Amino acid sequence: MLDIKDLYQDIIIDHNRSPRNFGKLEHATRVAEGYNPLCGDRLTVYLNLDANIIKDIRFEGTGCAISVASASLMTDHLKSKTKAEAEEIFQNFHTLLTKDNEQPEGEMLGKLSALSGVKEYPVRVKCATLCWHTLHSALNGKETIVSTE
Amino acid sequence: MDATAKLLRQPQQALDVGQLRADFPILKQKIHGKPLVYLDNAATTQKPQSVIDMFRCYYSEMNANIHRGVHTLSQRATQNYEEARTKVQHFINADSFKEIIFVRGTTEAINLVAQSYGRPKLKAGDEIIVTEMEHHSNIVPWQLLCGQTGATLKVIPINDSGELKLDNYKDLLNARTKIVSIAHVSNSLGTINPIKSIIDMAHAHDVPVLVDGAQGAPHLKVDVQDLDCDFYAFSGHKLFGPTGVGVLYGKEALLDAMPPYHGGGDMIKMVTFEKTLYNDLPYKFEAGTPHIAGVIALGTAIDYVSRVGLDSIVAHEHSLLSYATEAAREIPGLRLIGTASEKTSILSFVMEGIHPHDLGTILDHEGIAIRTGHHCAMPVMEHFGVPATARASIAMYNTHEDIDDLINGLKEAHKVLM
Repeated sequence: MLDIKDLYQDIIIDHNRSPRNFGKLEHATRVAEGYNPLCGDRLTVYLNLDANIIKDIRFEGTGCAISVASASLMTDHLKSKTKAEAEEIFQNFHTLLTKDNEQPEGEMLGKLSALSGVKEYPVRVKCATLCWHTLHSALNGKETIVSTE
Repeated sequence: MDATAKLLRQPQQALDVGQLRADFPILKQKIHGKPLVYLDNAATTQKPQSVIDMFRCYYSEMNANIHRGVHTLSQRATQNYEEARTKVQHFINADSFKEIIFVRGTTEAINLVAQSYGRPKLKAGDEIIVTEMEHHSNIVPWQLLCGQTGATLKVIPINDSGELKLDNYKDLLNARTKIVSIAHVSNSLGTINPIKSIIDMAHAHDVPVLVDGAQGAPHLKVDVQDLDCDFYAFSGHKLFGPTGVGVLYGKEALLDAMPPYHGGGDMIKMVTFEKTLYNDLPYKFEAGTPHIAGVIALGTAIDYVSRVGLDSIVAHEHSLLSYATEAAREIPGLRLIGTASEKTSILSFVMEGIHPHDLGTILDHEGIAIRTGHHCAMPVMEHFGVPATARASIAMYNTHEDIDDLINGLKEAHKVLM
């Protein structure tokens, strides 16, 4: 039987209550917005991208505990990663949340694995992935507001 | 005196909720290992066995197309379909069966009026009055109409209790107003609007009124003649009937003067390429093969509600709402959204520091079904400065234990997330 704590692990609660890297990034080189209008999750991802390396990353926004914690964990994880690494981690994270038989390498995901419980709540996957789709948009310099709905 | 107060004064049989619950097979289900506590009735209601059985009965004993055949099955289907129309007519005390149009739901009913009544009549500069508490289905059809005709939408605002500011309504009514469209009951706030006086005020300006009765018809006694509304719309699936079926009531004279909404079979008397003659009411507005089984099952749902007794149902829901409201007020950090003095069985709220979707997931884990989101009422959410609310909505088969489970679930959510 599923335990609700499999979804709301302590680390998720912590990152929701005290999101890391929260706030505007002055002199950001890339900015992207994500918004899920049906549930109200909304965030902005700021990047300082220099020679394809994520020198700094921050986010702002409001939303459910899953979306905020996911954004917080993402920003912690991606500092100093290259653009290519970030995209690969995104793919692996997406697999973790959506595919039953394929399990990505735990090492690459680190603390992001704490969100694996979302797989049992398919309706919440969009909450967990909003920040990643928004990041992807920022990395690729896209203008339109991202949504995972 | 409002409708609820009137009903509560009448002596009524107390509901035997235990007996009633046995009529609804879905309530026996377990969700995540816990008994289902279904508190999402404003979204859709569960169905009694008699309604479920009617589908089997229809398809095994009387399925045939209606109004078109001379064979026995066709006559049987037609008779049952038209009997359902009569049941609806009596349920809302309409003067004639011709005033009862079967549509897919409240949304289609409103679109029908907007396009068939509104489109030929309205021109640039005309005004349509709606309210800030409307469901999107009573906003967007009018916006579409405004786009087509150059008319403008005027909005009666609400106060922070979720009640209409009727002084503003007085100011908005003028010679350019061509229709008022208003919810009987707000689906997001539970507010019961004083529609009788709203209708009277509109009529003093020769303005017709459409009432969105999606949340009204299941929870209040509706008498369209007493209300004197020009149109009344409601959905079958919110009244313990099936999805895909709804009702538009319209005064005969109005419907008679309106052009058809959809063209096709059954809404005609005669078709040639030179000229087509439309059918009489109500058939003029029922093109194509309808959801025959659904309409008949809606009749069965109305039979069920009438047998249980709407007055008993209202009293029971009112009691649960008071119980739930009092208990919710004790929860720290909980803010009720929608605190009108006249309400039906809807409890909308937010909890400080807890997003409604997290609340919904945790409650689901306890077997409790509530709705979280904007409830197709984004202007309401904007008014209260929230992205979404959690909404528990009560029906006849809910119990005090259901409310206790909800309250305990909210406390559990607080523990998990805070």
